[in-house]
Amino acid sequence: MDDANQDALEELGAHVTAKLGNAVIDHHIGNGELNVETTGDDIVRVLKFLRDDASCQFKSLMDVCGVDYPEQEKRFEVNYNLLSYKHNQRIRIKVRTDEDTPVPSVSTVFPTASWFERECWDMYGVFFSEHPDLRRLLTDYGFEGHPLRKDFPLTGYVEVRYDDEQKRVVYEPVKLTQAFRSFDFLSPWEGMTRELPGDEKAEAEEG
Amino acid sequence: MAAEAEIKNLTLNFGPQHPAAHGVLRMVMEMDGEIVERIDPHIGLLHRGTEKLIEYKTYLQAMPYFDRLDYVAPMCQEHAFVLAAEKLLGIAPPARGQYVRVLFAEISRILNHLLNAPALAMDVGAMTPMLWAFEEREKLMEFYEGTCGARLHAAYFRVGGVHQDMPAGMGDDILAWADAFPKFLDDMETLLNENRIFKQRTVDIGVVSEEEAMAWGFSGPMLRASGVPWDLRKSQPYDVYDEMDFDIPIGKNGDCYDRYLIRVEEMRQSVRIVRQCIENMPDGPVMTEDGKVGPPSRGEMKRSMEALIHHFKLYTEGFHVPPGETYTAVEAPKGEFGVYLVSDGTNKPYRCKIRAPGFAHLQAMDYLCKGHMLADSVAILGAMDVVFGEIDR
Repeated sequence: MDDANQDALEELGAHVTAKLGNAVIDHHIGNGELNVETTGDDIVRVLKFLRDDASCQFKSLMDVCGVDYPEQEKRFEVNYNLLSYKHNQRIRIKVRTDEDTPVPSVSTVFPTASWFERECWDMYGVFFSEHPDLRRLLTDYGFEGHPLRKDFPLTGYVEVRYDDEQKRVVYEPVKLTQAFRSFDFLSPWEGMTRELPGDEKAEAEEG
Repeated sequence: MAAEAEIKNLTLNFGPQHPAAHGVLRMVMEMDGEIVERIDPHIGLLHRGTEKLIEYKTYLQAMPYFDRLDYVAPMCQEHAFVLAAEKLLGIAPPARGQYVRVLFAEISRILNHLLNAPALAMDVGAMTPMLWAFEEREKLMEFYEGTCGARLHAAYFRVGGVHQDMPAGMGDDILAWADAFPKFLDDMETLLNENRIFKQRTVDIGVVSEEEAMAWGFSGPMLRASGVPWDLRKSQPYDVYDEMDFDIPIGKNGDCYDRYLIRVEEMRQSVRIVRQCIENMPDGPVMTEDGKVGPPSRGEMKRSMEALIHHFKLYTEGFHVPPGETYTAVEAPKGEFGVYLVSDGTNKPYRCKIRAPGFAHLQAMDYLCKGHMLADSVAILGAMDVVFGEIDR
């Protein structure tokens, strides 16, 4: 069963690459799932092809989600998870982008993309061009920043409370009674990559 | 005197505190008289930053957040997360663990439908089914409590199995309930199925065609009501669903009434699965024997130094998951609940995106309600089965 599935995905990957030519940068299978990398300029064409092609028939866009890799030049990765009811297959399309480069919206191909893209914009600040209604979705009215970016602190910047004197909700900078504790669990037994405290002294003596 | 005053559309604010909004939903409705012209749902009022929090927690600590997403059927959410983590780890729970998980996933499904089907009835004016269904829900909550100690936020499924085996006699209790439960469904159906008011309020309301349902990313009863024969338990079976014998009800008309009927039939099918789970459940461990993922038993810890170290490491550092990514979906009661999990090889998820079925459904609210009466929007919302824990995350 798993081998048959692997072969089918292999075949699908080859088919997509052959048909779309330059639009496909790379395709690979990981954990029994097919990933296809493409560029922002081609994404609308790629999704349209996957939806309409007879041997693809990916009729549903199940999910669009962003991932942030701040150390890379194109830090955001937008993933489109598609589902084909006819062939009982899934495929994931990946697009890389940075803070300034917009990704064309696919809401004309799949109407369901609209909110997923709004969420991605809200959470990561990935701009989707030609989106009919690119507003924030999940965060507060008037919220600033993009909370799921890796450089956004877990506690955020503002907190709210109801002020009884002003008779309204007020926003204040976050006050933590105890600093956020982040433990280093990368244990020296499993990943001895970093220097231990005191190592620099030994090196200074040698040098 | 002006001959005719210009008639302007009325903008109506529905919610965020409205009994028929099923939580904290604010909808800005543009009304032409009593006809809905446009709906703009404002969500996020229950946003708790679950996905961000999970990035700062180990896999074990992240799991309880899934109870708090769709708090009507908590264990089905946990199921998606543990399956995703198991896929990355390349492990599978022992057979008994899988049976217990399927058993409780189906109990969760009944819990969910027991809330939603009568809630739809209450939205359109029937009070009694809700009161009756809550009595049944109470019994199921007791099974939850007896097995994992909590009525609602179970935290029962673990990566590699379930936390503990069911207590002795639990299987018999559930079987006794399963014998009595169909009688309740019959009673509820006599109240609703041919009820004139109920049918007038739901038949031909919010119709979605097969093509549209797919394009809007519908799943679960919303998709099946439109006639798409699709259920992940059958088409992409996980755990021991492939050994279960059950049927998938499919609707014909794609309206609110079909969605209700499908939910009721799914409860009957879930009872079948529950019964098969208990009757065929093998003996053996419920948690993986892999000491790097599953904790050692209490008794073992008293005697074995290695077990003690494993226990300490597992509950402080947690296990490391090999780098990789996966999109794993389960058939939650509301539809396809997916978890897109990215691991970078550490003990915490690098990214955990939660794909909630209600999110895609609620998005189509504008499309579904256009041209309907104001009162119909309540029926459509009720049949959609939205819970804001999972939509706002």
